[in-house]
Amino acid sequence: MHESMSDSVSVTPKRVLVSIPPQPGGRRRAPRVSAHRRREARTAYVFLAPWFLGLFAITVGPILASLYLSFTDFSLLEEGTWVGLDNYTKMFTEDTRFITSLKVTTIYVVVSVPLQLAFALGLALALDRGLRGLPFYRSVYYLPSLLGGSVAIAILWRKLFGADGLVNSLLALVGIDGPGWVSDPDTALGTLILLHVWTFGAPMVIFLAGLRQIPQSYYEAASVDGATRWRQFRSITLPLLTPIIFFNLVLEVIKSFQSFTQSFIVSGGNGGPVDSTLFYTLYLYLKGFKSYEMGYAAAMAWVLLLIIAGLTGVNFLASKYWVFYGDTK
Amino acid sequence: MPFLFRPVRGGRLLKHALLLGFGLLMLYPLLWMVSSSLKPEEIIFREPGLWPSEVTLENYSEGWTALKHSFGYYLWNSAVITGLSVVANLVACSLAAYAFARLNFPLKKLWFAIMLGSIMLPHHVTVVPQYIVFSNLDWINTIWPLVVPKFLATDAFFIFLMVQFIRTLPRELDEAAAIDGAGYWRVFLQVILPLCMPALATTGIFTFIWTWNDFFSQNLYLTNSDNLTVAVALRQFLDSSGESSWGPMFAMSIVSLGPIFGFFLAGQKYLIRGVATTGLK
Repeated sequence: MHESMSDSVSVTPKRVLVSIPPQPGGRRRAPRVSAHRRREARTAYVFLAPWFLGLFAITVGPILASLYLSFTDFSLLEEGTWVGLDNYTKMFTEDTRFITSLKVTTIYVVVSVPLQLAFALGLALALDRGLRGLPFYRSVYYLPSLLGGSVAIAILWRKLFGADGLVNSLLALVGIDGPGWVSDPDTALGTLILLHVWTFGAPMVIFLAGLRQIPQSYYEAASVDGATRWRQFRSITLPLLTPIIFFNLVLEVIKSFQSFTQSFIVSGGNGGPVDSTLFYTLYLYLKGFKSYEMGYAAAMAWVLLLIIAGLTGVNFLASKYWVFYGDTK
Repeated sequence: MPFLFRPVRGGRLLKHALLLGFGLLMLYPLLWMVSSSLKPEEIIFREPGLWPSEVTLENYSEGWTALKHSFGYYLWNSAVITGLSVVANLVACSLAAYAFARLNFPLKKLWFAIMLGSIMLPHHVTVVPQYIVFSNLDWINTIWPLVVPKFLATDAFFIFLMVQFIRTLPRELDEAAAIDGAGYWRVFLQVILPLCMPALATTGIFTFIWTWNDFFSQNLYLTNSDNLTVAVALRQFLDSSGESSWGPMFAMSIVSLGPIFGFFLAGQKYLIRGVATTGLK
């Protein structure tokens, strides 16, 4: 078992040879090699020991426990009993707040991710190719990505878009009487979307790295042939950038579906006003750790896992039709 | 002459003006928060401008002592958790990365695939059972639920980052050391790790920023007013003061962002490179 497996992965021939003292006749070589490999494998498992322990104790174990709990009405206060699929059916048939949270999160992801990536791509294109002061602009645009997840920025946002906040005092200068953006159910989610778009710097840096991979000679050849800049963008930049766009899309969808801090702080911890900012993970938190319906929260966690796996799967399937990998077409 | 006085094309100038203007628009909220934290409470919302007509440090002194403990106490709590997390990620992730990048062992490809898969796993899927386990261990209101998982390399993102980095190092270095009689541990400690400094720096800086910013876990596990971190303390501040005292709250928000900003300035190179190569946030 061990030998056959380690044969299938690449070995470092030099190293194996070095460790074998030169001996006449090949008969004793094989056992020495496998002894060496066993020692290497043993060492590898020692190096991996913390990771293995974490994988089983912190990740795999809890996932399975979570699956079990999702079929019970367990709460921290009392032992749970087996309730079968009750949690799942309740979610989709009775629990209107659950449906609301799903809707709110979907709108948030569907609106904010494309907007964020559009800004990221647009600015990356503007900054590309020998622009003076690139590092400066890159830092300025990237800084919000680092700060955006913090409580401090969420507090700031709440005050920017409050009834007497900065946005409204600026609007008042031009004579517009703005609403209380975060306290109005029609606009509260919009402020969170704006906050997400504001953090476009991280995907922008990834786009910039991708743009740098495109050989300058392609553009030179295209301009010799008389292609306009727009044509160059359509026929060279965009197709060659599709893998990066795809990568950013998958990453941002997964990440934004799990947003928590912003809605928690901006709404004051309840997803208000009238559940208009009730993100999925916030509702999960309220269920699991405020009303201690942990079985229900575990079921929600599994639905979240399936949604994210499904979205990622759909993304990968759809990518066949629009992502261009240089060697396949 | 053309080298000295190359005519600046109007288009390029316009582009810089637009980029600068947009940058200013992006940073305006931050700059406004800094300026507001220095204004007397009653003029904060009367003045949308950045330049304070009256400067005071009152907000800082008031905010510093507004909660049960001084804000320095919460900064220290955050620093302890963040520092331990950085050490933990550096040690645990580099150990695992070396094994994945350089050693051969049975089922390597499978384990590697599982490691990559765990990066994408939503944290919320595991949080309920983890909470139950940690509460059975009596770890609620201690730093252990926040720190122990990091010692077990659960931030697999960084394993991936370091694997990618180690793969770019020439294997001849390992082999030369092996010829000189170095075992795996000495190769790891004396050849690989010193060459991994850029990847270690990226890991350290990102761990710092993520842990410092983390609100979900800290809010979940730290509920006792004696062991709050900066993130949770700020939230309590918001709750206790309601819609008043924005000046002190802005001041403490600025204080809480200070360390992140410092790391951003000091480690920009590693941050940008880390984002560009692995898609970290």
